[in-house]
Amino acid sequence: MYLRTALCAASALALTAGAAMAQSTLTIATVNNGDMIRMQGYTDNFTEKTGIAVEWVTLEENVLRSRVTTDITTKGGQFDIMTIGMYETPIWGANGWLVPLDDLSAEYDVGDILPAMAGGLSHEGTLYAAPFYGESSMIMYRTDLMEKAGMEMPDAPTWEFVREAAAAMTDRDADINGICLRGKAGWGEGGAFITAMSNSFGARWFDMEWNAQFDTEAWANTLNFYKGMMDESGPAGYATNGFNENLSLFNQGKCGMWIDATVAASFVTGDDSTVADSVGFALAPDTGLGKRSNWLWAWALAVPAGTQQEAEAKQFIEWATSKDYIALVAENEGWANVPPGARTSLYENPEYQKVPFAQKTLDSILSADPTDSTVEPSPYVGIQFAAIPEFAGIATEVSQEFSAAYAGQQSIEDALAKAQAITNEAMEAAGYR
Amino acid sequence: MARAVTNQRKMINTGAAWIIGLLIFFPILWTILTSFKSEAQAIADPPIFLFFDWTTENYSTVMERSNYGRFLWNSIFIAGGSTILGIIIAVPAAWSMAFVPSKRTKDILLWMLSTKMLPAVGVLYPIYLLFIQFGLLDNVYGLTFVLMLINLPIIVWMLYTYFREIPGEILEAARMDGATLRDEILYVLTPMAIPGIASTLLLNFILAWNEAFWTLNLTAAKAAPLTAFIASYSSPEGLFYAKLSAASTMAIAPILILGWFSQKQLVRGLTFGAVK
Amino acid sequence: MATKASRSAARVMMAPAVVLLLGWMLVPLIMTLWFSFRTYLPLRGGDQGWTGFDNYVRFVTSSSFWPAISTTLVLLIGVLTITIVFGILLAILLDQPMWGQGVVRILVIAPFFVMPTVSALVWKNIFMDPTNGLLAHLWRFFGAESVSWLSDAPMVSLIMIVSWQWLPFATLILLTAIQSLDGEQMEAAEMDGASVLSRFFYIALPHLSRAITIVILIQTIFLLAIFAEIFVTTGGAFGTRTLSYLIFQRVLESQNIGLGSAGGVYAIILANIVAIFLMRIVGKNLD
Repeated sequence: MYLRTALCAASALALTAGAAMAQSTLTIATVNNGDMIRMQGYTDNFTEKTGIAVEWVTLEENVLRSRVTTDITTKGGQFDIMTIGMYETPIWGANGWLVPLDDLSAEYDVGDILPAMAGGLSHEGTLYAAPFYGESSMIMYRTDLMEKAGMEMPDAPTWEFVREAAAAMTDRDADINGICLRGKAGWGEGGAFITAMSNSFGARWFDMEWNAQFDTEAWANTLNFYKGMMDESGPAGYATNGFNENLSLFNQGKCGMWIDATVAASFVTGDDSTVADSVGFALAPDTGLGKRSNWLWAWALAVPAGTQQEAEAKQFIEWATSKDYIALVAENEGWANVPPGARTSLYENPEYQKVPFAQKTLDSILSADPTDSTVEPSPYVGIQFAAIPEFAGIATEVSQEFSAAYAGQQSIEDALAKAQAITNEAMEAAGYR
Repeated sequence: MARAVTNQRKMINTGAAWIIGLLIFFPILWTILTSFKSEAQAIADPPIFLFFDWTTENYSTVMERSNYGRFLWNSIFIAGGSTILGIIIAVPAAWSMAFVPSKRTKDILLWMLSTKMLPAVGVLYPIYLLFIQFGLLDNVYGLTFVLMLINLPIIVWMLYTYFREIPGEILEAARMDGATLRDEILYVLTPMAIPGIASTLLLNFILAWNEAFWTLNLTAAKAAPLTAFIASYSSPEGLFYAKLSAASTMAIAPILILGWFSQKQLVRGLTFGAVK
Repeated sequence: MATKASRSAARVMMAPAVVLLLGWMLVPLIMTLWFSFRTYLPLRGGDQGWTGFDNYVRFVTSSSFWPAISTTLVLLIGVLTITIVFGILLAILLDQPMWGQGVVRILVIAPFFVMPTVSALVWKNIFMDPTNGLLAHLWRFFGAESVSWLSDAPMVSLIMIVSWQWLPFATLILLTAIQSLDGEQMEAAEMDGASVLSRFFYIALPHLSRAITIVILIQTIFLLAIFAEIFVTTGGAFGTRTLSYLIFQRVLESQNIGLGSAGGVYAIILANIVAIFLMRIVGKNLD
């Protein structure tokens, strides 16, 4: 009898405990990038502090995008926190789909977020997502190969120099490609790279009347230069290489230079890299027209409107994007592995300043301005994207045409003509023109 | 002399079949092998076939990162549940098509199959909205139901073809003995069709296990099966061949083992009535 | 045997399956039809009212439409041809007496158990990668330049991957059919001096026609809806965009539900054309 009562009590306890747990379990959708996976490892720290449990839904970038977009547009309410980028945040914020992050605690110190990041994650001055890490893009190069080629990388090189250096570093017999760049189709992959690159060649996506600009000489120059350089000095099959493929090539010592996200700096100098000791950094190249080819991006945490656990979700965001979290990672894994690019205080920290890529990362981020990214005026905000809802769809198709041209399946003229048609078609459908 | 020729031929057959079999199986074998390498050895040039430092670190990394047990259980529940539910609904339907055929039986059958041709992507939004309405998102029951519907046509068709091969006289004899319709189906027909039902079960379990569109799009955390598990390993930053291989092996191993143990059953039953 | 009573019982027993499938077909279909006549842009404030046939016109006149149709058909026909031809050869081989038949059969059917996502990932990264892929190593070993499979030969690669997945299925069905082939008839034909080829074409092939039909039917159903393999490998680039992938792009990447739904309706029409075409052949063979 006693046993039975005890059992009942125990199960009742378990039930209430279960209910209490269930009441405060956050479901978080995130991308499977290294920093996010590291964050998952520290979840216990958060749960201990707050008693809030966390369920992770970790997905590959493309799957994540389509998954969270479906959910937010239909108000499916599957996630309490979504990991989104600088492209989605202002658009979703404008639609009222995100909870404004305007009441974060004083301790959190919103003012410490790098202005470029805060600006890109806001709509009309209201912050809608907190940056977990931010990035620009820059050149990562092999100092040993550069020396062997008898050249010296300036702090802010031109594309001409990069092309020349790439050709000089290339050694096909030793399986060394002078330069590795993204060519993979997808607006966030090769599309982002070529768009940022085109800025430095004086190109833009749209003129002030939202007409596609792929019939301009600037675009032809961009693509011709890119393809010419990559055919000379790029790896085989570069038309299918994205961030991960290039990272893996660079870490294997198969690239002389790689122009990509600044966050990659900690990977190419990390344990997985076979060339960690001989990596140098420089600003992304330009052509002297006044704009460099670096982009600006942040992976950020946002709370979808309508979640039942708004307060808890905000609590998590405050924890994950706080100074304390950075300190926690620094303590356990060293300063080089903290999420970069989000907070000013990080770059003022003398410990972090010792990290070899810290200053170049900051310089790159500071030199990127989403509101003024093109040589000629453009009607859109964004550097490697245009922050309009239609862009992702259009740019994915356009970059598919470009990738087909890189692979030699069609000429650059054809690719540009198709890009022009696709873009104008879609902009007409959306009612811009 | 004739004996020798047969033996020689048998040898050639054996050789050819083994080479081809291994060739077809090789991608799976290689994936399994890669899962036991370190990331560096996974991309070693030239590739190492067997003589590498066997390690299980990839498996422990994957286990640490994801709740494999839950993904696995969801996969088993959804694939198993949808198949069993489908068979329960399909047996009576297949019975009536096989033993009380009408002019329209074949049309109905073909129509059922044609519902499978609805492109899933095209109806994602409608289904998603419906699921929100009924609160079925990220719910194993909702997913089980959808996968049941997706595979129902195939189940009905397979069962129909098996039932047709059972001579009607036996059922009639049972009826003479006073068996009710229920008895007739439960105690006469079903036992005779066990091989057919078993292979239907197997095939549809495999199909449901491998379904990757709805299982990914209608789930978040609680109901996510192994297809979602894989989506978190598909292209992370840095070297990932070994970890990807480990995750892949973990995703396909259960079904592979099941398939191997039951392959005789599967082979015997997978005729779709093709054998007359 | 079909009495009136059993007829009504039959109808009752068929009801659950028919009603469920009817619901599963009609509800999404009607919703898709509804959306297809509306301007529905979730990122631009959702449903913005009627638009007539605009979406239909736009979907067809888009420069991607016809290439998508032809890609779909090329993929379909390519995979069907490969799986059936090799399936027959493999089935004949597996039917011969040999040592370790059971094990070989296991090896051959194994790819069927592999999730499409996994098989696409494994092929793309571990085999077809131009730098670290196994095929690249193999090519280089023989002194050849490594091939960038997915960009230089995208359709071939895709057909290869999908065929690898479906070959076991075709082989299995054809094997069961071959096993039921009348051995005496074959022997008699052999006695009469019929060559291997004529024995194959006049006796074996007609016997297999039913099984082939079934392989075509089942595979077509699955191949028309192929998605994961393209999503993972090329993302629709390099001319591998099938109709269902194009719809995915319209619905999820461009977030244009109206346009995507119109595409969905076209896909249903295409599926039905293929279906009717198939039924014509199958119908004869299915009795």
